[in-house]
Amino acid sequence: MVLDLPTIWAALLGTAVALYVVMDGFDLGIGLLFPFAANERQRDQMMASVAPYWDGNETWLVLGGGGLLVAFPRAYAVIMPALYLPVIAMLLALVLRGVAFEFRAPQADTTAAWSIAFFAGSALAAFCQGVILGGYIQGIHVENGAFAGGPFDWATPFAALCGLGVMAGYALLGATWLIMKTEGAVADLARRQARVLLVVVMGFMVAVSVWTPLAFARIEARWFSAPNIYVLWIVPVVTAAVAVTVWRATERRDWVPFVGTVGLFLLGYLGLAISTYPYVVPPVLTIWDTAAARSSQIFMLAGTVVLLPIILAYVAYVYWLFRGKVREDESYH
Amino acid sequence: MDFDPLLLARLQFAFTITFHIIFPSFTIGLSAYIATLLILRLRTGDARYARLARFWTRIFAVSFALGVVSGLVLSYQFGTNWSRFSVVVGNVIGPLIGYEVLTAFFLEASFLGILLFGGERVSPAVHAASAVIVATGTAISGFWILSANSWMQTPAGHAMIDGVAHPQDWLAIILNPSFPYRFAHMMTAAYLTTAFVVLAVGARWVLAERHYDEARIMVRMAVGMIAVLAPLQVIIGDQHGLNTLKYQPVKVAAMEAHWDGSKPGDFHVFAWPDEKAETNRFAISIPRGSSLILTHDPDGLFPGLTSVPPQDRPPVKNVFFAFRIMLAVGGAMVLVAMTGAVLWWRGALFTTGWFLKVASHGWWLGFVAIVAGWTVTESGRQPWIVSGILRTTDATSPVPGGSIAATLALFILVYGGVFSMGIYFINRLLARGLVGGASQPPGTGTPLRPQSAAREAGRGVLGQG
Ligand code: HDD
Ligand code: HEM
Ligand code: HEM
Repeated sequence: MVLDLPTIWAALLGTAVALYVVMDGFDLGIGLLFPFAANERQRDQMMASVAPYWDGNETWLVLGGGGLLVAFPRAYAVIMPALYLPVIAMLLALVLRGVAFEFRAPQADTTAAWSIAFFAGSALAAFCQGVILGGYIQGIHVENGAFAGGPFDWATPFAALCGLGVMAGYALLGATWLIMKTEGAVADLARRQARVLLVVVMGFMVAVSVWTPLAFARIEARWFSAPNIYVLWIVPVVTAAVAVTVWRATERRDWVPFVGTVGLFLLGYLGLAISTYPYVVPPVLTIWDTAAARSSQIFMLAGTVVLLPIILAYVAYVYWLFRGKVREDESYH
Repeated sequence: MDFDPLLLARLQFAFTITFHIIFPSFTIGLSAYIATLLILRLRTGDARYARLARFWTRIFAVSFALGVVSGLVLSYQFGTNWSRFSVVVGNVIGPLIGYEVLTAFFLEASFLGILLFGGERVSPAVHAASAVIVATGTAISGFWILSANSWMQTPAGHAMIDGVAHPQDWLAIILNPSFPYRFAHMMTAAYLTTAFVVLAVGARWVLAERHYDEARIMVRMAVGMIAVLAPLQVIIGDQHGLNTLKYQPVKVAAMEAHWDGSKPGDFHVFAWPDEKAETNRFAISIPRGSSLILTHDPDGLFPGLTSVPPQDRPPVKNVFFAFRIMLAVGGAMVLVAMTGAVLWWRGALFTTGWFLKVASHGWWLGFVAIVAGWTVTESGRQPWIVSGILRTTDATSPVPGGSIAATLALFILVYGGVFSMGIYFINRLLARGLVGGASQPPGTGTPLRPQSAAREAGRGVLGQG
């Protein structure tokens, strides 16, 4: 039997990016919600709820970029130059909000300044990630296997819509995370925010779902052609059902809203995967066109099969270790 | 205005990677030092080790965060700045970096959380184990990235098919000819760098009669470390150079500013290499010194720069001067090491004021040597990005110069701000000194729950809360 390595790698890479989006999503979301907290004490508590995890969460982004280089080097070499400006802007934003975890000392004269930096970095990073996603979906101009477009090809209304959508989505993840991890005023506020954000996020999901098949024929064909549509209608229906569950749960339940929101993200993500597969650089290069040498993919797969379960196990251990609520009076003294 | 994309891409990469390496240079050693302290505390029950560990952990947290965010940027720059590089050698470099992520980055990042915030939630043994795991993670990280870099210097184990490198033998790729030397040299450099910082802080406190016991522990540990590693580093460096002579003779010629290979090489203590005239000006030299070092024979010959056409030579001045700087620092380190060892042996380590004064100013030695060393290594590889396979001019991305110029300016701005803030913070932590000793009421010294380690410190230093 000959393994279809590119498909396996596409699945693995897809999983890594999905894990990144969910995990860094909630801690970027905390940053997005910073301006709405009542005071710096509440912000201390919000930040404390993610401080032990953010570094690990961001490592999935390193794996995403590294994985693309490992498995599909020619796609990496097209996508990065094509999305050069939003990628660099995202990285700089992540620098700013990453160091804010260390520099934002409570009750110092610089606390407020670093709160702003944490918000601005998180917001810009989220927006850029959405723009990157939009720029990616709408397609990249490729000639002879290399990027051949201009520096602002990605800058379209559609990309901006995706940028705002990702911001809303991360804020929702952050709010539901706070419902799960905090108590008191912070959690109460988060419950109210989650409802508003849920509506906004559903609005964006509908907008993207309507826009993409209208604007891109290949996506319309994928979803609405004969055999596909008999199965694929399930995706939006399940999404709607999950959204209703989250809505109901924001009232009283602690962890259901977060888990439900993660579900929403994964469903949206699945939708995107359905729209783009098997392209890794839509609409020209497939996963087979850009795959790394077979020996590279095998060498790396051998390690991944062994190491990924171990990584997931100790990441789970760390989450378990810091389980439970961060209390208001506990965030600092 | 016209921008040269190649030059800008190189400047940007050099700037971001030089910024990055400053932090690993320190965190690799510091994580090992913290792990050592926590193990000593576990075995002896001595609270002084715990106080030292806590103090250094705060500084570690700030440095590590800066290392992580600047590293994240680099991992994307292979695509944004060097997309042709990714196509031509991605099959080889990709998996090496992939393994770094899977074996090192996740390990460090996950157990860092326990090291920083888990003190109250896990047993001291698990806490110490987390420190050991973080330290091991940083060393594993060094293993893979240095393997990748060494492969770019001395490629092996691959075949070129249609202009793209295809791996043939992974063991030969990972353990390529310059890797063992580069790994040994860089790891030793990182441990030395940290030892000099610890020594400087300890010496400063001894002089100021602060934290009496802990300061002496720090000075003794650091002097012990330096006494072993500094001489060792010179020996490793020498072997490294001999290996480079074998595989990258032109780089060695540039390091020594040796133009004419038909004559034995002098060792230039100082010179101004003139690349147009292919000779040195103002040279102060030890006749045949280079030949003696490199061939162990004063009449020995080794290739000169003129053995290759000018377009195949690296920028001689960069390589030559950076190499002198590294050698000077290496010499200074050995001097400090020997003096410290003798004074310790005589029982005068803490009473010799001039030594402590010198030591308290030597914290920067390692950083300078590391940046100089990397300049030798990387500039000396030019005009190749991967020796013999790909020239730097052919490795760039199809990105206009304007984009690179704009982002370079942003990098300088953001990094400049973040770096100054980091230095300011670390200085405040140093000024604040140890906390959580007998003078502190029980239970107030340790963070009780997840919160940033620098947070508590920040409150203290800024005199509120
Ligand atoms: C010899 C050591 C060394 C060298 C030469 C490099 N690094 Fe590094 N890097 C480290 C040693 C290290 C380290 C010790 O593992 C980190 C962890 C935190 C720190 O301060 O440094 C690090 C962090 C770090 C991270 C963040 C990891 C995380 O999320 O935890 C990334 C993505 C990179 N690096 C990538 C790179 C790239 C692409 C390099 C070269 C072009 C590079 N590093 C050179
Ligand atoms: C005085 C004795 C030393 C000698 C003879 C020496 C020799 C060398 C040589 C020949 C290289 C370049 C190898 C190549 O590019 O192929 C190098 C690189 C380097 N050196 Fe040194 N070195 C010395 C001291 C030091 C010290 C004290 C440090 C730091 C504490 C240091 C840190 C580095 C680093 C980080 C590099 C770049 C990475 C590498 O190629 O290993 N060196 N050294
Ligand atoms: C961490 C220590 C390192 C430092 C301080 C460093 C420094 C530099 C410098 C100064 C340059 C510019 C050289 C020139 O243009 O003359 C450069 C180039 C480069 N280095 Fe390194 N380097 C380091 C490690 C690495 C590693 C580990 C890799 C890859 C695995 C790497 C890959 C590159 C690449 C791709 C370039 C760009 C092409 C070039 O200009 O040569 N470097 N580096």
